[in-house]
Amino acid sequence: MGADVQLASEAGCHFDSGCGFPAPGLNEFDFKPIFTVGGVDFNKPMLLSIICALLVVGFFWAAFAKPKLLPGKLQLVGEIGYDFVKRSIVLETIGKKGEKYVPMLVSMFFFVWIMNIMSIIPFAQFPVASKIAFPAGLALVVWITYMSLTFKKHGFVGGMKNLCWPSGIPGWVMFILVPIEFFSNIFVRPFTLAVRAFANMFAGHLLIVVFSVASWYLLSPTIGALYGSVSFVVAVGLTAFELLVQFLQAYIFVMLASSYIAGALEEAH
Amino acid sequence: MTPEVLLAAEEKMNPLLPAWPEVIIGLLCFFIVFGLLGKKLLPSIEKVLEERRDAIEGGMKRAETAQAEAQALLEQYRAELAEARHEAARITEHAREQGAVLIAEMREEGQRQREAIVAAGHAQIDADKKQATAALRQDVGSLASQLASRIVGESLEDHARQSGVIDRFLDELESKAAAAQGAAK
Repeated sequence: MGADVQLASEAGCHFDSGCGFPAPGLNEFDFKPIFTVGGVDFNKPMLLSIICALLVVGFFWAAFAKPKLLPGKLQLVGEIGYDFVKRSIVLETIGKKGEKYVPMLVSMFFFVWIMNIMSIIPFAQFPVASKIAFPAGLALVVWITYMSLTFKKHGFVGGMKNLCWPSGIPGWVMFILVPIEFFSNIFVRPFTLAVRAFANMFAGHLLIVVFSVASWYLLSPTIGALYGSVSFVVAVGLTAFELLVQFLQAYIFVMLASSYIAGALEEAH
Repeated sequence: MTPEVLLAAEEKMNPLLPAWPEVIIGLLCFFIVFGLLGKKLLPSIEKVLEERRDAIEGGMKRAETAQAEAQALLEQYRAELAEARHEAARITEHAREQGAVLIAEMREEGQRQREAIVAAGHAQIDADKKQATAALRQDVGSLASQLASRIVGESLEDHARQSGVIDRFLDELESKAAAAQGAAK
């Protein structure tokens, strides 16, 4: 249906031709299946996520498969990226105990980032994370890690205490606080983790689409050309802004995952 | 597309509900990335980073060791140089002392030799003098007696008398000479 909207705009639907603005909506995020296997549709976001995985693996393969003591350009870039996630996110948040979780979080960071970047890659032009399934899957991985670490480290009772029992609080507040903490740590955290990434990408993509469609819609040999060009400039500016947001969301995602793991590994108080 | 169909489609699609096939594909992709990075690529780069850290730290350590070694060697050379200087001074001093002793010895030897030579000279002179005196005494005696015999015209045959006269005369002469010498002194 997204294709329908595009077709409509390409067909010469301009604002002075009596055509209503073909406002992009949820249909922008719905894709016709590329093919169907056993009743399951294989669509563009799935294809993009596979491409993203291949890109991440391909890049790091090229950079790290045969590492040298004196790094080449690609290896150096890879090292900078790896070192950034390892030092500035994981070790900074978890500390020395975080070494074990570096590979998972590094993979997560680059996978999420490249999925977000797909938003501004020509022909892809769709942030994979704007389909909630993808961040939800990753949030599930984080949640399972978080829960299993908590209960493995503290046992069931200790784990529950770690999740629900904040320290240094007078007894009567616990009455209210414990249910809130329980709810917040066990249900809200994974949900917000997924929704944050999803909503940012969703909104960003929608904004870019709205202004792109508008610049085409407003384009006509009247005053509309001026509106159209303003809209186009905004679309370009938003694309640049999205580039920042894409990085930021990947960063926040991994940062929060690290902080959950850090919380799970925390000594009982 | 009729509005009803569109509405139905939109209703069917809730952006907050994950589609399971997408979740599965997404997770699959993530685990492919995680598997390859975690099992192979990141350990391999981590190893190289470790090696690099080692190389840098090892290089620094090596440089430190070399510097310490050089410092120790310098100290040793300095000590040896000081020792050598000291030794040289000692040897010079010793040589000077020895030289002084040698000179003193040689001086002494020279003195001794000179004295010996002088003594030998004196002895020779004495002997010569004695011999000369004896010869002179004889010659003077015979000459005087010849002269006297010629003057007196008589031969002083009597040897004993003759020698007694001459000796007495000579003794007189000697005593006179001695007296004259004593007066001159």
